Amino acid sequence: MEDKRYHSVRLDPEKCKGCTNCLKRCPTEAIRVRAGRAHIIDERCIDCGECIRVCEYHAKYAQTDPLATINRFKYKIALPAPSLYGQFKKLANASQILEGLLHMGFDDVFEVAAGADIVTRAIRERMRGMSTDEFPLISSACPAITRLIQVRFPELISHIVDVRQPMEVAAMVAKREFCQKRGVAESEVGCFFITPCAAKMTAIRNPIGQEKSAVDGAISMLEIYGLLAGHLKNYPSELTLSKATSYGVGWANNGGEAVAVCPENSMAVDGIENVIRVLEEIENNKLRDLVFFEGAACTGGCVGGPLTFENGYIARGSIRALMKNSDLRHPDEVVKASYLTKYALQTTKKITPNSAMKLDDDIVEAMRKMEQLESIVKSLPGYDCGSCGSPTCRTFAEDIVRGHATKMDCIHILKDQLKIMAQKMVELAKTTRE
Amino acid sequence: MREYSMVDHYPVSARDFATAGDASASIKRKLKQLGVDSAILRRIAVASYEVELNLMIHSVGGTLTMMMSPDEILLVSSDAGPGIPDIEKALQEGFSTADEEARNLGFGAGMGLPNMRRNADEFSIQSALGRGTEIRMRFRLQ
Repeated sequence: MEDKRYHSVRLDPEKCKGCTNCLKRCPTEAIRVRAGRAHIIDERCIDCGECIRVCEYHAKYAQTDPLATINRFKYKIALPAPSLYGQFKKLANASQILEGLLHMGFDDVFEVAAGADIVTRAIRERMRGMSTDEFPLISSACPAITRLIQVRFPELISHIVDVRQPMEVAAMVAKREFCQKRGVAESEVGCFFITPCAAKMTAIRNPIGQEKSAVDGAISMLEIYGLLAGHLKNYPSELTLSKATSYGVGWANNGGEAVAVCPENSMAVDGIENVIRVLEEIENNKLRDLVFFEGAACTGGCVGGPLTFENGYIARGSIRALMKNSDLRHPDEVVKASYLTKYALQTTKKITPNSAMKLDDDIVEAMRKMEQLESIVKSLPGYDCGSCGSPTCRTFAEDIVRGHATKMDCIHILKDQLKIMAQKMVELAKTTRE
Repeated sequence: MREYSMVDHYPVSARDFATAGDASASIKRKLKQLGVDSAILRRIAVASYEVELNLMIHSVGGTLTMMMSPDEILLVSSDAGPGIPDIEKALQEGFSTADEEARNLGFGAGMGLPNMRRNADEFSIQSALGRGTEIRMRFRLQ
């Protein structure tokens, strides 16, 4: 099931107009418009979903597993992301959502917020033995940010948290506990993450910190929203299924993880462009006192995910209200120490730099190409208009050097060239008439 | 004299906080595209940023130059003044002559020169009062 080239973010060529909206917004310059439609460069795409958000024609979409895939397994467990709780207004508590999921056909539910509680404690234990030069620790909760670091900030990879993501931990614990309780084999049980974004889907099919994900599939919040909403009305508010602490639930909002893991000297930043700016500061060693950094690709955090239904700001408020009704104790008090030893919470695979931006593997050749690139940049108009199909004049120059474009793809250069030719033809016509 | 096949000059204006960090950002971007090892890149990132800000905050303006060959990178910062009165003191951690404005913006921790020296494989500084300062930092790529 693992696929190194898998990406959840896809293009529907039928709907694509070939405009420059997504082209200009991609943080890793992974989109080109060629022959009237967008193309995604797989090696560079980090599945952040920015293009899905900005495409007016809905030509960009996130591939997720259809709800029916849960039937591949005899027993199905739902793993709701904390952000799912923010999709419904005026919920008395999260238990109603969990009850709703059970009625939708799942045999069990395990809150990813409870997974976040375990991860919170595990990260805090890890941090105890760390020396100051290992700080700031960078959260791995948003897979798009981890991939962003692989592509654009490879020198910060060693700072990324090496504890598995809440979704992974939730799947491990849920599966094992269910099998013990029911006396069934793990192979008969499927764990499905209810996802707010494309990046998590990709993280399941093409995991970053481990060989294989413990999660068996991801179902879009948008797909189950209607069905789940229909179920919610029927339940009393006295349910007590939800076990996650208010801290775990808080992971849905940007800043929730930082508050839980490291309330002092931490920073939480949302929106991928803002995250890039702060990572540059970290890269420059400007944030010397920073101990923990939480970056979310989406505005507001996971509540702002491209597959959510509710407006992210409204969802943020709903999450805050729910937090008040959850267990207010810190995960350190709630999560049993035995979880830290019973489960393999550490990541097992080293995160490696993504070299998709490299001009060449050979440095001498790369330098030669860079020289060429610089001289082409000087001859371009610098409008960054995107008409050539590359996001900026500089990336256009890069594409020429890589052999993917020619200078005449620039309409401004082409126009100038045509003017000269027209001039020549006029002159030619004059001389032949005489 | 070593052959540098790539030489880039970045002018840095005095007190221009709006463009602070632009030169080192361009250098970083370039070196990433060239595939420079990430551990070395981190050191160059820190050193080039520090030296650029030093030029901006303390000098009357100057130039940051990056020279590169396949086996090393040389960063040279040169300015036309005012020069450093006591280099030994300036190299001490925590010593800073940054003014209130710079300190309010989070600079002036007195770590600039020490950080440059720590991150470069070779570091040299020459300064003459009234004439200017030249800092040279060498980074080996292999």
